[in-house]
Amino acid sequence: MLELFGDNSWIVGKVLVATWETIYMVLTSTVLSYLFGLPLGIILVTTAENHIMENKGLNRVLGSIVNAARSIPFIIFLILLIPFTRLLIGTSIGTVASIVPLTIAAIPFVARMVETSLKEIERGLIEAAISMGANAQQVISKVLLPEAMPSLLLGFAITAINLVGYSAMAGIVGGGGLGTLAYYYGYQRYEDTVMLITVIVLIVLVQGVQMLGDNLAGQIVNKRR
Amino acid sequence: MIEIKNLSKIYAASGQEVLALDDVSLTVQKGEIFGIIGLSGAGKSTLIRCINMLEKPTRGSIAVDGREITSLGKQELRLARQKIGMIFQQFNLLSSRNVFDNVMFPLEIAKVPRSEAKERVQELLELVGLTDKAGMHPAQLSGGQKQRVGIARALANGPKLLLSDEATSALDPQTTRSILKLLKDINRQLNLTVLLITHDMNVIKDVCDRVAVIDNSRIVEIGDVLEVFSNPQTPTSHSFVNAVISHEVPGELLHSPMDHSGDTATKLIRVSFIGASAGKPLISSMIRRYNIDVSIIYGNIDRIKDTPFGNLTLEMIGHSELLQEALDYLRGEGLEIEVLRNA
Ligand SMILES: Nc1ncnc2c1ncn2[C@@H]1O[C@H](COP(=O)(O)OP(=O)(O)OP(=O)(O)O)[C@@H](O)[C@H]1O
Ligand SMILES: [Mg+2]
Repeated sequence: MLELFGDNSWIVGKVLVATWETIYMVLTSTVLSYLFGLPLGIILVTTAENHIMENKGLNRVLGSIVNAARSIPFIIFLILLIPFTRLLIGTSIGTVASIVPLTIAAIPFVARMVETSLKEIERGLIEAAISMGANAQQVISKVLLPEAMPSLLLGFAITAINLVGYSAMAGIVGGGGLGTLAYYYGYQRYEDTVMLITVIVLIVLVQGVQMLGDNLAGQIVNKRR
Repeated sequence: MIEIKNLSKIYAASGQEVLALDDVSLTVQKGEIFGIIGLSGAGKSTLIRCINMLEKPTRGSIAVDGREITSLGKQELRLARQKIGMIFQQFNLLSSRNVFDNVMFPLEIAKVPRSEAKERVQELLELVGLTDKAGMHPAQLSGGQKQRVGIARALANGPKLLLSDEATSALDPQTTRSILKLLKDINRQLNLTVLLITHDMNVIKDVCDRVAVIDNSRIVEIGDVLEVFSNPQTPTSHSFVNAVISHEVPGELLHSPMDHSGDTATKLIRVSFIGASAGKPLISSMIRRYNIDVSIIYGNIDRIKDTPFGNLTLEMIGHSELLQEALDYLRGEGLEIEVLRNA
């Protein structure tokens, strides 16, 4: 492997570090965005009309906020959130700092994904649970989430894939990871090899995440068939 | 067990009001199987769903086991629901759980300790005959098996009342019979009150003690199943009964030429019978006694629960006076006779 690069073997170390940084950023921000986006999605579904926690006012307000946030391009998010990130982390540069805009940009996206997944659950299943005396929390934890699990997992994979792309964008403004690598060496120093390798690693990452998601979701679906 | 008084339900959907139940009053006794029959859109589902407050009544009161259900607080209502089982046309089983865990579901909701719940699930699976399917997922079961799981699940928390919303409508006739038999067995074994709705008079005939006919949001007839079958009071009831037991006489019979000469007369009659008299050889003894010829034009015998029920259309030829006596004899034996044609 090293021979392949000849005297460019230094690249391998850089790529490995950058890949790790990207995985770290994406994984952390995906998990964090679900920490907030999952409950938000659940609330969006359950406060809708005729659902278990119907609350039209809250539903409309949250829906509008999510829509507004989703219409802001990520690059604007990056810039807008610099002061906030500084306040929170102490700096706006580096992998840890990137996690802030990545997470915040992903939350509304996750909320809608979760909402879409949970909306697919048949009304009859929810009613059956209610007829047994289930409360809202039981309907959510025992019906909505388990029934929607395959779809939720696919959503998780899509979110992670989007964040791989976003993280590369964050890299350009000093976010670290593969994006930074591609920008410094590939773009500013015309190292085509670095650019190429970065692209290949990104493709592999995205494919890997997608396959993992498909696989997990498929396994669950198969078990239920 | 259930006492419904002046229940009305108005749906307000997209600015339009739909009166789905109009001043419905109904009492269901403890331990009986009570059927509600009506055409599509008559308000059956609305009625049954009001009983566990899946729909909120617009007016009226519903008492279940002596307890007014419409005014319960949220927590009280949840506890009350645990004691009212419900089964559905579409089964509504969780695909994320196997059979065992589906039956476990209501026990989890009621927070029954796990070991106790597991024992209970075993018993229930035995009761519905699905012990060997415990590990399967609903998608691997037939419709009848799914409904058995639904029944086991509905019985998990030991309800006193079981609500059935078209539970057999998605099943073939044979499976329907086996599910109905199961309901009947459970009704007897557990002294469980069952309220079922259906649009199929066969279901009523096979298992119900009493029936209410609902038409256009109102109850138009309530009575013993046998009574309603033998003497339906409204056109709607009539058409439901006819769907199962034909009372109609083919038109050409009423117009075809009939022999008569001298004192010989011919009568076309319909004999309806219920219960014990159906078992006696009345027709043959009539033939012997009055020396008349009888040909059977049409016949139909059925059972309502355990009572034979049916009608015969007969052509009788004989001496006109003897014919009259013969009819009186049959009437004297408790048969209902209708003379369709005289010649
Ligand atoms: N959620 C709802 N919103 C508005 N109208 C409704 C709603 N549910 C039922 N209806 C209306 O109320 C009436 C009674 O409906 P219901 O479902 O009780 O009939 P049903 O007798 O159960 O019919 P089916 O045999 O087709 O199930 C119908 O006119 C129906 O359109
Ligand atoms: Mg219905």
